[in-house]
Amino acid sequence: MQTKRMTFSSRWLPYALLAPQVLITLVFFVWPASQALWQSMLREDPFGLRSTFVWFRNFERLFADPHYLDAMKTTAIFSVATTFLAMAVSLLFAVMVNRMLRSRDWYTTLLVWPYAVAPAIAGVLWWFMFNTSVGIVPYMLQGFGYDWNHRLDGTDAMILVVIAAAWKQISYNFLFFLAGLQSIPQSLIEAASIDGAGRIKRFWTIVFPLLSPTTFFLMVVNVVYAMFDTFGVIHATTEGGPARATNILVYKVFRDGFVGGNLGSSAAQSVILMAIVIVLTVIQFRWIERRVNY
Amino acid sequence: MARIVMDDLHKVYPGGVKAVTGISLDIADGEMIVLVGPSGCGKSTLLRMVAGLETITGGTLSIGDRVVNTLEPADRDIAMVFQNYALYPHMTVYNNLAYGLRNQGVAKPEIERRVQEAAAMLQIGDYLQRKPRALSGGQRQRVAMGRALVREPSAFLFDEPLSNLDAKLRVQMRVEIRQLQKRLGTTSLYVTHDQLEALTLADRLVVLNAGRIEQVGTPMELYQRPETLFVAGFIGSPAMNMIEMGYLRDRGAAPSTLPAGTDLVGMRPDDMLLSAPAEPHLSLSGRVMLLEPAGAESHIYVSLDGNDQPITVRIPGLPTMQEGAAITLHVPLGALHPFNTASGRRVSG
Repeated sequence: MQTKRMTFSSRWLPYALLAPQVLITLVFFVWPASQALWQSMLREDPFGLRSTFVWFRNFERLFADPHYLDAMKTTAIFSVATTFLAMAVSLLFAVMVNRMLRSRDWYTTLLVWPYAVAPAIAGVLWWFMFNTSVGIVPYMLQGFGYDWNHRLDGTDAMILVVIAAAWKQISYNFLFFLAGLQSIPQSLIEAASIDGAGRIKRFWTIVFPLLSPTTFFLMVVNVVYAMFDTFGVIHATTEGGPARATNILVYKVFRDGFVGGNLGSSAAQSVILMAIVIVLTVIQFRWIERRVNY
Repeated sequence: MARIVMDDLHKVYPGGVKAVTGISLDIADGEMIVLVGPSGCGKSTLLRMVAGLETITGGTLSIGDRVVNTLEPADRDIAMVFQNYALYPHMTVYNNLAYGLRNQGVAKPEIERRVQEAAAMLQIGDYLQRKPRALSGGQRQRVAMGRALVREPSAFLFDEPLSNLDAKLRVQMRVEIRQLQKRLGTTSLYVTHDQLEALTLADRLVVLNAGRIEQVGTPMELYQRPETLFVAGFIGSPAMNMIEMGYLRDRGAAPSTLPAGTDLVGMRPDDMLLSAPAEPHLSLSGRVMLLEPAGAESHIYVSLDGNDQPITVRIPGLPTMQEGAAITLHVPLGALHPFNTASGRRVSG
């Protein structure tokens, strides 16, 4: 691609044109980020009256804190499980809807609805459905002899937040997978069926590899969603409990900072999260994207 | 190697559209059959029915003495070359060729042998490790052929395989396909809308129109003795001239040799001569509207006296007359094609 070189009559015009963008970035990104960086090196006294500059002490404490390392593990489990569930279910839906001819548009419209539900509302919905005393799901599970209690059992709680978080993302993934499936030429599928591949084999050897650009894109979006955008779901269902079993990093930032009042540690955690996002993005785009292009 | 028999095949789509209405055709083992017709005539649908990509809604289809109506495409022992090649973009050329064999459970050394053999035959040996996007149109075409070859099927199906190539490559690939098919002796069904391709490739040519067979025969039979008005107009380029019997009568040029019931007379552009032949002929006079030199031959568009329909004449070399000049055309009586417009058929006699 050739870059065009523009010439402006006034020296200041290009700066003036760039200014709004730069200003927005400064106010809404650079300034808060630098505040977080600064605050992550401060330590407040118990009454919030004074703060002391402590260099990297907040970070040192965090990495020595077993709760923090646990939260990292929880986050990893949560985001991998959520991403996998959300993508697997939506791919299944997309494959099924793609085979329909007449009612395809209806199903697509209906399947997109959950995306319009606010995360907190969705959380409350799941809270009711899984409520140990009035919820329908524990009641039914009891019929199978399973005693569901996400308030006491950490695994139950994790399953609940994964389902609730994944449910939210399925609509979005579904739309992309459906578009991806429709962009695969029908003649490839036909050629494969003449080449003796059955339905399942065709899917795994032809359709799935050809979907890989879509899959890759959705993986990035879903991991980022699960790690950073699921605060509402967790806050409305388990509040990180029981015993920190669903206390993911983003939720811990909120708990430590706004509930626990430890602003310095909370800021340090935000900085670490920021670093994680940067690393994730670089890894995914530099390393994985190279493998999905053909 | 197989004989393909179509017995009264029908295809009605769920919406009620009839694409194929009662086609019967017996294809001998090793024969190259070309299906030709205008778009929407059902030729591709028929091919896809043979392949198993479209369900058959009536009649029976057998390949090699086995009724295959309800068999999956994979179980019909056929291979198909698609119009857009349909190469798997994420696989190397080698894997594209090997894919079908692996699905059949062919042993690895045997796959290797067959792929190398096909690659050598099609001269694509150097590209085996490339992906399809790194190949030119002609190379992709060869890979698509190779994918059909390695399967060693009992029949090849070609769905307009050359329509995406440029003119020069098309001629070259046409020759190669014909040579390959003759060498392997595999029964082939070839769909095209290009009549030159049809005439040059076919052992027998099938002209389809509106889901029915108009005429079946060798290319020469169809060219020299079209049985219907449709075939007469479809085969041959430039198209056959049609002159009404009434016009000939008015001019006193109606030959008495034509059978009763003839009301339209067809004349090939190359049978319209500028100088009178020795054999019995009829003569028509007119005026030159347009001269169209086309290299080795030229086309002369003539408007006959008292008739506004232009007539095409094909002559070898360059024309010597001027546009607007008076001209007399001579047509040997043996070269006239008598038709009846009501039945749309040739009048025999």
